Amino acid sequence: MRNVVALTQRELAANFLSPVAYIVALAFLVASGHFFLADTLVPGREASLRPMFDSMAQILVFAIPLLTMRVLSEEFSTGTIETLMTAPVSDIEVVTSKFLGVLLFYASLLLTTLIHVGLLIYFGGGDFPAILLAYAGMLLLGALFVAVGVFSSSVTRYQLLAALLGMGILSILTFVVDQLGRWRGGAWRTVLSYVNVLGQFEDFSKGLFDSSAIVFFITGTLFFLFLAVKSLESHRWR
Amino acid sequence: MIHVQNLTKDYGDRRAIDGISFHISEGEIVGFLGPNGAGKTTTIRILTCYMPATSGTATVGGHDVFTESMAVRRIIGYLPENVPIYPQMRVREYLHFRGKLHGLDRSARQAAIRRVAELCWLGDFIDRPIYQLSKGMRQRVGLADALLHDPKVLILDEPTVGLDPTQIRETRNLIKELAKRHTVMLSSHILPEVEATCQRTIIIAGGRIAASGSPDELKERIRGGSRLIVEMTGPAPEVTSAIESITGVKNVQATSSNGWNRLIVETTRERDPREDIFRVAANRNWTLRELRPEVASLEEFFIQITAQQATGQRAAGRGREVA
Repeated sequence: MRNVVALTQRELAANFLSPVAYIVALAFLVASGHFFLADTLVPGREASLRPMFDSMAQILVFAIPLLTMRVLSEEFSTGTIETLMTAPVSDIEVVTSKFLGVLLFYASLLLTTLIHVGLLIYFGGGDFPAILLAYAGMLLLGALFVAVGVFSSSVTRYQLLAALLGMGILSILTFVVDQLGRWRGGAWRTVLSYVNVLGQFEDFSKGLFDSSAIVFFITGTLFFLFLAVKSLESHRWR
Repeated sequence: MIHVQNLTKDYGDRRAIDGISFHISEGEIVGFLGPNGAGKTTTIRILTCYMPATSGTATVGGHDVFTESMAVRRIIGYLPENVPIYPQMRVREYLHFRGKLHGLDRSARQAAIRRVAELCWLGDFIDRPIYQLSKGMRQRVGLADALLHDPKVLILDEPTVGLDPTQIRETRNLIKELAKRHTVMLSSHILPEVEATCQRTIIIAGGRIAASGSPDELKERIRGGSRLIVEMTGPAPEVTSAIESITGVKNVQATSSNGWNRLIVETTRERDPREDIFRVAANRNWTLRELRPEVASLEEFFIQITAQQATGQRAAGRGREVA
């Protein structure tokens, strides 16, 4: 546990020193501000952050892999993985702290959107429990996306490849299954709509408390972290 | 302290090390010598738990590197080749980070960092970011990192690569100094380095152990029948035949210039003919200005082994093509 704290601190510091992270942060802020102004802060609209959160969820498909691409790929390509994996640190601790490092960075980006909540309350009130639930949903969604990104970074030493792979997997879990779900019927439709991340996320952004969606996000996150640990272990055998 | 038994590692269908066994006792300083690609780094990576062996066993401090990996990692200080360290961090910050991973608390870390900063002369640049440092400075940071948790065993992969001559000398002295408290295993492809720092040398070539022993023992082994260098005056044919007739002399090669004959005298192992050579010269009134055994250098031996490895590989390559 102490190792996880030390490793996560380093990860977080590395994220805050990375130029890519700042570019992604800037894009995130501009996009969230834009959606808030265009979809919510308009006379006659519902005082809700739902349009902003739904749009942000789609943007994260591309933003999060850019944050996670370096976490392991960079260690492979510079060779620092060797000092890390010969220190008394387990592979699970390494993956966990890579995950937490990016998740905390993402959470700090999410915090900046609180300014929109402030504006919402100032102008129209807004439904506070619904907003809280939407934030919980954004955090769970982010966790799943970061886990996918960490896994993608664990399979290659090329950061660009890691980012593309992460975007690919996340696109399948969002846009692709969404489209397929519209064409297919029956049992297929049930399966496809279950793995549809954006569909699962909608409950949160609507303000519905759905325990099955919570289970979905948590198991999905753990699944990809598990794959990342296995992939990291497999590097020892090559 | 380090015990290796029949260790083999395959990368795909290429065998990097092939059934090597050796033992390093506590407090020893052992050089692991071999040409590039001989399997030094592979062996070291297995010992430091970076990767598992294909077969065979290795223990460090009584712990198996595969089944008790964490226990092994705690007692090893490892300086990898090329010193991979995070460039964005400052030296002190990096050492704090590494100290935390070794479970040192804040005050223990501060004390440890003070100790290694002094040992590895980090004073001037301890608060600078690592990307600004020269190769030699980074090497010292890597060594400081390896020493941070006061490990029982130090494993250094090519510790002096990329250093300037002064730094090389300082690093060698430091390693010798460290050997008083730690068991040290260092790898190198530079022979004088191993000769200068290590009590014992393990020569590895083509994934196998070619020879092992102290530098003197190795020299003794390679000498076989030794050679003498002799320089004296006198008519060349007479000098040659006179020396050839001495018992214990196998062969004489002579060259002359300016009235001096330079002879390379091959001798048998059983008898040292140096006294007789002196008597021959004294009796005939030839002036003798040099008479010394030619010391076979470890360098020659090393080159010989490396050449064998190269031809062996070519032969193996042909064998594969035929198969």
